[in-house]
Amino acid sequence: MAIQKRLNVNGKLVVVKIDDPDMPLLYVLRDNMGLKGPKFGCGLAQCGACTVHVEGKPVRSCVTPLSQVTDRHRVVTLEGLTPTGARRAHPVQRAFVEEQAAQCGYCINGMIMESAALLATNKKPTEAEVKQALAKNLCRCGTHARIVRAVIRASKYTQG
Amino acid sequence: MTKRLIPSRRDVLKRGGALIVGFSFAADAAAQQRPLPPPTIRPGLPVRVPAPPARSLDLADVDAYLAIDISGTCTIYSGKVDLGTGTNTALRQIVAEELDIRFENTQMVTGDTQVTPDQGTTWGSLTIQVGGMQIRNAAATARQALVAEAVKRLAVKADELFIADGLITGGGSRATYGELVGGRAFLLKLDPANPAPTKNPRNHKFIGRSLPREDIPSKVMANFTYIHDFRVPNMLHGRVVRPPAIGARLQSVDETSVSGIPGFIKLVREGDFLGVVAENEWAAIRAGRELKATWSPSQTLPEQDKLWDHVRNTTVAASDTTSGTGDVEKAMATPNARLMKATYDFPINTHGSIGPSCAVAEFRDGKLTSWSASQATHNLRKQLATMFGLPAESVRCIYVEGAGCYGRNGHEDAAADAALLARAAGKPVRVQWSRADEHGWDPKGPPTLIDLRAAMDDRGNVAAWDSEFFLPQQTPSGFLVPLVAATLAGMPAENHIAPGNIFQNSAIPYRFPNVRTVCRRLETTPLRPSWIRTPGRMQNTFANECFADELAAVAKIDPIEFRKKYMDPADRRGHDVLDRLMTLAKWEKRPSPQVSPEGNVLKGRGMAYCKYELVRTYIGAVAEVEVDRVSGQIRVPKFYVVHDCGMIINPDGVKNQIEGNVIQTMSRTLIEEVKFNRSQVTSLDWESYPILTFPDIPDIVIDLISRPAEKPWGAGEPTSAVVPSAISNAVYDAIGVRLRSAPFTPQKVKAAVSDSALQAPDATPSLRRSRT
Repeated sequence: MAIQKRLNVNGKLVVVKIDDPDMPLLYVLRDNMGLKGPKFGCGLAQCGACTVHVEGKPVRSCVTPLSQVTDRHRVVTLEGLTPTGARRAHPVQRAFVEEQAAQCGYCINGMIMESAALLATNKKPTEAEVKQALAKNLCRCGTHARIVRAVIRASKYTQG
Repeated sequence: MTKRLIPSRRDVLKRGGALIVGFSFAADAAAQQRPLPPPTIRPGLPVRVPAPPARSLDLADVDAYLAIDISGTCTIYSGKVDLGTGTNTALRQIVAEELDIRFENTQMVTGDTQVTPDQGTTWGSLTIQVGGMQIRNAAATARQALVAEAVKRLAVKADELFIADGLITGGGSRATYGELVGGRAFLLKLDPANPAPTKNPRNHKFIGRSLPREDIPSKVMANFTYIHDFRVPNMLHGRVVRPPAIGARLQSVDETSVSGIPGFIKLVREGDFLGVVAENEWAAIRAGRELKATWSPSQTLPEQDKLWDHVRNTTVAASDTTSGTGDVEKAMATPNARLMKATYDFPINTHGSIGPSCAVAEFRDGKLTSWSASQATHNLRKQLATMFGLPAESVRCIYVEGAGCYGRNGHEDAAADAALLARAAGKPVRVQWSRADEHGWDPKGPPTLIDLRAAMDDRGNVAAWDSEFFLPQQTPSGFLVPLVAATLAGMPAENHIAPGNIFQNSAIPYRFPNVRTVCRRLETTPLRPSWIRTPGRMQNTFANECFADELAAVAKIDPIEFRKKYMDPADRRGHDVLDRLMTLAKWEKRPSPQVSPEGNVLKGRGMAYCKYELVRTYIGAVAEVEVDRVSGQIRVPKFYVVHDCGMIINPDGVKNQIEGNVIQTMSRTLIEEVKFNRSQVTSLDWESYPILTFPDIPDIVIDLISRPAEKPWGAGEPTSAVVPSAISNAVYDAIGVRLRSAPFTPQKVKAAVSDSALQAPDATPSLRRSRT
């Protein structure tokens, strides 16, 4: 039987109908809500393509059962990283465009969400710290060097 | 579409050439092609172009590639698709350049069998080199026609016209492209033998500039629609349930094991093809996981430990001599000739797309529409038509960008899965593969084994070079990798072995007096093969460039000096690449290996060179490595590339590709290897098939040689060719040990170190495996 689930996604309260209380968060975001930021990559928390923020922390939504998420948890996806009505995109998103830090871009959701979470706690990371923070985010196109440059660039904006 | 009417830059019409006389736009020929409403396109959003009237798909027609609407916007119809490499942006630059319109007034429609011409598979670094040049010719021809039309309409001589931003002015009058041809067909033929003149590179405004890619903002802001995000009304979700062993037969299925899952709709069984259809994705995933089925045992694969014996013992279907000069055997038999031999191997690789293959299909009124990230929609259409017994006209395949594929991965297979499930469900079905489906069932880069021999005279000159490449055959009838669903379901299919043109770069760019290079095309290979980035060229160049390095070391010559000594002196571009490589990498001329300092972690540098397919893009590379002799760990802190692909359309786009080539191929070289047992692939996730991660990424230094007056050549894969050999040669330089078997795992490094300790320091490089 379908059950109703209340969530707080990108600053909005939403109610979704689900059949399985342990369905991973990723499928509510993508299928019930039609969001395109978080991606399915492995379903095993090995690649990072599905990363979202829960209470500001990067979380692998592909292995996060809905039973662990309530409407008291603020979930933010790539769509919500730049607040509605903001005049400029989030510094990490701006920097990724400016550095042309994507090839196919399928991993970029995870790269941006992971980096934004890093910069929230470490405002001026070194290159080595950026690499370490992204060590569990996989990119197959080989865009790593640009991604690191983009995060360093974003860190300069946020120091502002 | 807003458009500035007053051009900011005026470009005096300088391009001469004979104007075509007597061409006609289809001025009143509404019956031939009525104006199409301009498709509104956002990057990544698949366009549903109205089906009728049919567009010309004839490769000789300007109209096959271009259409200008009444607002002056040019829609480019490209059979080559953007696989995440930025080619859409580059193709728009080419058209904006040759048509003299604003970049913003161009847009792309790609890979739709109904509206885009069949320009061949998007592979082989040919999108710009071949596809782009067809489109360039169309744009230049179209511009010529527009000028001729303006001459008539404005009653001004051609050389008194000014053209900029899609506006032609002269004699106090003006006409926009939209006014001249908007919404109508050009009805012009291309003449490849006598193409319309293209713009003088000195006047280039778009070509050669690093314009930002059209797709990156929407990818970064989560607006982009990948195939994985693509939805159609009434769509259901499917999952495939693959056999636990290749060749296993489906014996029974227990539908009750999943019938209680909310949202489960249907089990689809067709021979040994098994799939589930559900209302929502999670229900499909659960049903796919929980379905109980029994399969016959099957063991069709060789033992992995004996893979190379298996390859060596596979029946040779054909032997192709890819180059030959002189008499190798005679030279080898010369008294006092110093003989050397070595065997190189490169393992099975998987494409490893970050997004597993995905497709949507719909059957309606006996017609099939397939949306997928196929790199060859026209070929996929043929394959799906064969599979379902439909005429090709009843199948439409539409490209929607997916995760990077780097060759023929599982996208086409997912398209076949979706079609089979959609037919059974009577509704559109989306199929998304699991990670295990992708790692287990996408076609693989085949194992490659290479034997090399050489003879050197007593002055250190190479007298003979002899190589044998053991590679699976490419069946002559086509590059159609069999669709998994058709094979499992026993549906009609052509039984191809299609690893691609993997013989390329078996021949070498060095002019030794006696050369023989032979490809032994094997009848079979253990897992379904296909092409993965730089197919064959990478593995073959690995062997060639390492063995060349072996010869240089024995001759005690600097490795770059050695190559320049044997390259065609007339090949200036090749020499330029190596000269600039020495400057870029601050190359110290000396033979390898270095005179070893003390310590366990030793530094070294190695180089490699390739002229892609011996006819196009030149690449030279230097790898700097640090090798820990005790742990066997190799680090590559720095990698230098000099790259000459002729005319560069978008320099930053080329750099992005070069960086990707280096990192991806470093990963394949150092750590990647598909593991399997007698039944199936066992590397089914990223833990069992790891790829390179951020902490191990080198600093990549690139020197692009720009030659605006030359033809543009490919950049999507050539750099991969030089990566494994540059690293292996650097390891040799560091520790005096030759790595001939990829991946260069710590275990292999340690084994090679202990092997070499048993040998005399100046011994002839020995065979790692003895030849039979």
